[in-house]
Amino acid sequence: MTEQSISSSREVAPANGWVIQAENLTKVYKMGQVEVHALNGLSLNIARGEVISIMGPSGSGKSTLMNIIGCLDRPSSGEYILDGEPVSRLSSDQLATIRNRKVGFVFQSFNLLSRASALANVELPLRYSNVAKGRSEKARLALESVGLADRMHHRPNELSGGQQQRVAIARALVNDPAIILADEPTGNLDSRSGLEIMELLLSLNREHGTTLIIVTHAPDIASQSQRIIRIRDGVVEQAL
Amino acid sequence: MNIGQAVLEAFESLSANKLRAGLTILGIVIGVGAVIAMVSIGRGAQSTITESINGIGTNLVFVFRGGSEDVRNPKPITLEDAAAIADPFQAPSVMEVAPVIQDNGKVTIGRESTTTTITGVTPDYASVRKYNLTEGEFINQEQMLGRASVVLLGSVVADKLFGRQEGLVGETVRIEGQPFRVIGVLESKGGSGFSNADNQVMVPFSTAQERLIHHNVSDQVDLLLVEAVSPKEVPAASDEVAQILRTRHRTAIGADDFTILTQQDFLSTASTITNVLTIFLGGVAAISLLVGGIGIMNIMLVSVTERTREIGLRKAVGAHKVDIMVQFLAESAVLSLVGGVIGIILGYSIAIIVSQIAKANNAAITPSIGIDIILIATLFSTAVGLFFGLYPANRAANLEPVEALRYE
Repeated sequence: MTEQSISSSREVAPANGWVIQAENLTKVYKMGQVEVHALNGLSLNIARGEVISIMGPSGSGKSTLMNIIGCLDRPSSGEYILDGEPVSRLSSDQLATIRNRKVGFVFQSFNLLSRASALANVELPLRYSNVAKGRSEKARLALESVGLADRMHHRPNELSGGQQQRVAIARALVNDPAIILADEPTGNLDSRSGLEIMELLLSLNREHGTTLIIVTHAPDIASQSQRIIRIRDGVVEQAL
Repeated sequence: MNIGQAVLEAFESLSANKLRAGLTILGIVIGVGAVIAMVSIGRGAQSTITESINGIGTNLVFVFRGGSEDVRNPKPITLEDAAAIADPFQAPSVMEVAPVIQDNGKVTIGRESTTTTITGVTPDYASVRKYNLTEGEFINQEQMLGRASVVLLGSVVADKLFGRQEGLVGETVRIEGQPFRVIGVLESKGGSGFSNADNQVMVPFSTAQERLIHHNVSDQVDLLLVEAVSPKEVPAASDEVAQILRTRHRTAIGADDFTILTQQDFLSTASTITNVLTIFLGGVAAISLLVGGIGIMNIMLVSVTERTREIGLRKAVGAHKVDIMVQFLAESAVLSLVGGVIGIILGYSIAIIVSQIAKANNAAITPSIGIDIILIATLFSTAVGLFFGLYPANRAANLEPVEALRYE
């Protein structure tokens, strides 16, 4: 499948299979008269269970790539297969379903619903996935796995930044996604909380084999991953 | 996401901003309240008017001088006309005819004086018009023939002259300076009829004709009250009356010099007027409901903008367009439904207060509020909420998740 492939050292399909196969992705934005090429034929494969960091200066197309990987956006051309499903031509509602089942998001600014308890926040993805029974049970388990069993009924404003990010991670986990996509997960945290969050994410990867994709500026965060992908001018610059 | 859950969540998110939600609801409360109050008062007025027209007496036909068009020199209606109509061979559908003459005059006792309607009536008048007396007796045949100086006082006149309505039989009042003995007091018919039936005095027809009211033609009458044999015969009776008067007055075809009104005419005229009034008032009130709806739209647009990131997040974790749509529509529907329910209560209270005020002013209006109007108001206000919520909800549903998450 990927014979002419990328700068990756793993040309051959790994034992677990690819969770992400992106082929020749382009993304063109029209800003008035000007066309901005955010991605220029980017190709990328990520194996199941990998911990990978995506780095790159602002304007490199890093955010665009992240949006496409997270199924928040569609490429202008190229093929993107997530967990065996080609998703680059899906409608926005179909993409929503894919996001719900296969992608867990962790944002820099947590993005929790301020009016809802931690438990309700974690339940949110389940609400949109036709899970009728056992929602709160699943949410409770997810919160326990991030070590917040005793904070379930607290609202976000009653939690510290690190705890809020843990709630967000529990929310990302709750639907048992194929990938967790973390966008600067430690960017809004002090260094100690940041380390704890990174440790949590890595332990989830170790224990459950969840594929972890971290978008970051910080080299010390990136260095904790198995592979770093650098993006420049809409293509993969080099892979370590 | 089911509807029940959406409604529950809508309550939750609205209660996060109680003042704002309350003010938005207030707009709907005022709108729905105004509609309910106006329509139920209008209906109450309508039934009051209908009742008072029915209270005039069933199966009545009124005959006046003068046609609807410009008929030159309309002939007066006379006692001879009345006698012809009373003839059962010429007018088999007519049971009784009561001629009436009326004028304004001054009634005095001592220093008290009042100007009122003086009505000359025959003994039949009481049964035809369904007048009852609180005391005394109605004018009898003897007094009629003897042109007796006797008078029946309307309740308003009794109050004005004596300050009471009892114990007046045997008193003497002066009408246009001439002494009349009071023989009875008329029971009040309520002041909401056409001319106030309580503000008058009644004297025997013959007495009035000879001594109080002077017309050019000596036996002229102002009004003929014709009673049909049954309510069904009212149209037949009015046809017969018209036929007789046309023959007797030798009028050209289509140029009647008299007017015949039946109760049905009064009823339809009155209901036309009250319907127009109700629609007008209801329409004005509906405008305020519309304004309330625009208030909802406004606040929902603000809410969508404020919660752009929330919408982005919900979409990121898998919400479909319809989920977001339902969420915001539920909020606007809850706003308008709560407003509608409070508005119904408020509107009904207003209607009751208005009817109390009306009662205190001698005009009974019983506000009528039917299930239909409650249902319509509830449905309408919810529809207003949904309609005005549609645009903001649609805007929310169509936000791009990438843009929405980036929104500051």
